[in-house]
Amino acid sequence: MSVAPAEVDRPEADEVVVPDTPWVTIVWNDPVNLMSYVTYVFQKVFGYAKPRAEKLMLDVHHKGKAVVSSGTRESMERDAEVLHGYGLWATVSHDR
Amino acid sequence: MSDPGDDADAPEIAEETMAGFRRTLRGVSARFTAGQAGILRSLVAQVAELVGGPGSAEAPPAGTQDGPGEAADDGLPMDFAAILATDGPLAPPEDPVLARLLPDAYGDDPESAGEFRRYTEPGLRSGKVEAARTVLATLPAAGGRVRLSPGDAEAWLRSLNDVRLALGVVLGITEDYEHEFANTEPGDPREAYLHVYDFLTFLQETLVRALR
Repeated sequence: MSVAPAEVDRPEADEVVVPDTPWVTIVWNDPVNLMSYVTYVFQKVFGYAKPRAEKLMLDVHHKGKAVVSSGTRESMERDAEVLHGYGLWATVSHDR
Repeated sequence: MSDPGDDADAPEIAEETMAGFRRTLRGVSARFTAGQAGILRSLVAQVAELVGGPGSAEAPPAGTQDGPGEAADDGLPMDFAAILATDGPLAPPEDPVLARLLPDAYGDDPESAGEFRRYTEPGLRSGKVEAARTVLATLPAAGGRVRLSPGDAEAWLRSLNDVRLALGVVLGITEDYEHEFANTEPGDPREAYLHVYDFLTFLQETLVRALR
């Protein structure tokens, strides 16, 4: 499987959700994935800076899930596919 | 999620303490005893065969170095070929380990989940098999010093994670498993695999840290 290169054109604001693009990728907590590894994956896959990747990881850990990206349905499915390649439990949903 | 912490003890596995991965001038590196290498190779191969079908853990046929995606039709394991031939949406795997390694992307929409699976599952499976093959190709059965390029280290991370996910399902690992398993009866068959699980956790944690 080829891994999408780290994308650098993602919004860097704190809020990931953008109203015009109502699809989101959600990562769910699980007891096996390491906190350090999940942070590493968020940095690698999304090109997020470490503090942002760590905050998302902690959101997943403490709240059970977190929105990690938003955009078109196609790009969210691509994100979920890449995250599944890393063994993270990711789903796509319509952010209504 | 789990966090072994900064002061996690190096686990003893196959009668030898494991020092884990370290960053060196020539890439990340770790030393394995033959016993440790044997355990890891066996588990990695089992996950590859579960995900890719029988024969997946073996090297691809000569001349096809890029794994199943590039192989001739007769080079594909049977299960994998069957998946490629499927036209409609795919159902999630019944095996709970496979269901965790190949999860649904739509929790409440089986039709979308099936469509997503149809388009992504073959690539997901072959990616996991390729990562496993990278581990098997870079970890000598006799053990010894392993040095990994950045690409190989990435494959190791994924493969170690897949094996831990698989063991996690089999053992029933929870956030609180260390507490729950503290009182297992002597001779509980899960005991040996828990040691292996902790060993893999330590190995993956040291590898992530060595790559940062």
